[in-house]
This record gives sequence, structure tokens and C-alpha cells, in this order.
Amino acid sequence: MAAALINVPKKAKRGDVIEIKTLMSHIMETGYRHTTSGKIVPRDIITSFACRYNGEEIFRADLFPATAANPFISFFTIATESGKFDFEWIGDNGFSETAAASIIVE
Amino acid sequence: MHGRNTSTRRRFLRLAGSTAVIGALPIVSLRPVEATPETMATAIRAVVGGALVQTGKVKLDIPPLVENGNTVPMTVSVASPMTANDHVKSIHVFNEKNPQPNLGNFFLGPRAGRAQVSTRVRLADSQKITAIAHLSDGSFWSVTAEVVVTLAACTEEVI
Repeated sequence: MAAALINVPKKAKRGDVIEIKTLMSHIMETGYRHTTSGKIVPRDIITSFACRYNGEEIFRADLFPATAANPFISFFTIATESGKFDFEWIGDNGFSETAAASIIVE
Repeated sequence: MHGRNTSTRRRFLRLAGSTAVIGALPIVSLRPVEATPETMATAIRAVVGGALVQTGKVKLDIPPLVENGNTVPMTVSVASPMTANDHVKSIHVFNEKNPQPNLGNFFLGPRAGRAQVSTRVRLADSQKITAIAHLSDGSFWSVTAEVVVTLAACTEEVI
């Protein structure tokens, strides 16, 4: 069971630029590693991440095998209104995880 | 007589040496094909098309000396007012020597407020990292940083 860590300020003033930090636990197997017997370990990575703020997409990222295990991504947004952030990670082998965080904007 | 003996010995050594090299080849070829500065250029071209990439505006924060290539913190920021008319549309990061030339693509918009993205990447070797920002006016800006990696990522064997 994958687990997400989200860091969003609980409260913000309208118009503030806030930082959002996200971390999803995932092995991010590159597909370039071999076992000692020479077999390739198949690729298993998260390929895309998106964040929606009250339904509107505000940030998206394409990930590659070069992203470190347990992908950490942080970015910024303007606190416009109270509401919800939805986060989504999609990856190989049908990997799909979501998380949400709410914010109060005064 | 003596001279000929030496020459056969030399020839033998040379032969033995070359067989050793041939013997070593399969082990070398087990390693994945590396991205090269050329594949990085191709990957960059896929993003920017034929547009001119100017130097400046972009800041790439990455440690110049990395002990462990498996997790390298990296922050890219772009000097931009982030308004509806003048903002950063996307940030693309490339490398020279990982198996793949891409480190990440990040898509933002005027709602970001600040054009800054942080993540953690893997680096397979000491190499140059290039970050390119695509602005809303269609221009591309870039910065390149050199990183020395002590312990490489990506290619080690699984036990």
C-alpha cells in the first residue's frame, strides 16, 4: 500500500504564494538494473503527477527513471480561495494513487 | 634464437591481452547504453523544436559535489513575474550521461505565483545538467550546471 505525504498550509491569506510539498512512497525501479545472474529488473516507475486546486489543474510533472525513489516534488501556487487540493500519481503496472488536502483562505 | 623466443612471448602476451579484452567485452556490454551529449541534444530539440534557447533567467540549484547519486536534491527556479501575460509554461531538465536524457518535465502556469520546482533525482555519473524554461511568450531560457558524482545511481546490481 503506497502512502502519500502532503504538506499544504492549513490557512493562508488571499493572494499569498504558498508552497506545496508532496512525497509518494514508490520504489521507482529504473529498468536499467541487473540481478547478479544478469537478468534485467523490469521498470516500475511513476510516470506522471498532477495537482488540481478546486478541480483546476495547477501543476503537472512527467517523471522518468531518473527520479529518485519515493518521488518528492514541491511547487508553488497562489492561494485564491478556500477549497481542496487533489493530487494524483500514475505509474507503471497500473499504479494509481490519489491524495487530498484542504486549505482555508481568508 | 633468443630474439625469436622473446618475440613469440611478446606475441603470446599480445594475444592473451586481446583475448582478455574480448573476454571483458560482454561484461561491458551488460551495462545499459548511456545517454550522450548527442541524445541530450535530441531530447532538447524534441522540446524546443527549432527555437533559439537563450542563456539566463533560469537558476538551477544542485550540489556541485554529490556523494550518492541515488538521491540528489535539485531546485529549478525562473525569474518571472508569473502573470497571465508573462509566465513560465514549463520547465524541462536534461542530463548527459544517465541511461535516459530526461530528468523531469514540469508544467506550471500563471497560478503558480512563483516559478520554482524542487525534486530529487538520480545521477549515473559526473555530468552536465541543463534546465530549460518555456515562457508564455514562446521563448526558451536555459542554464547548465556541472555535477561531480562519487557513487553512481541507476546501474548498480541488485543483490
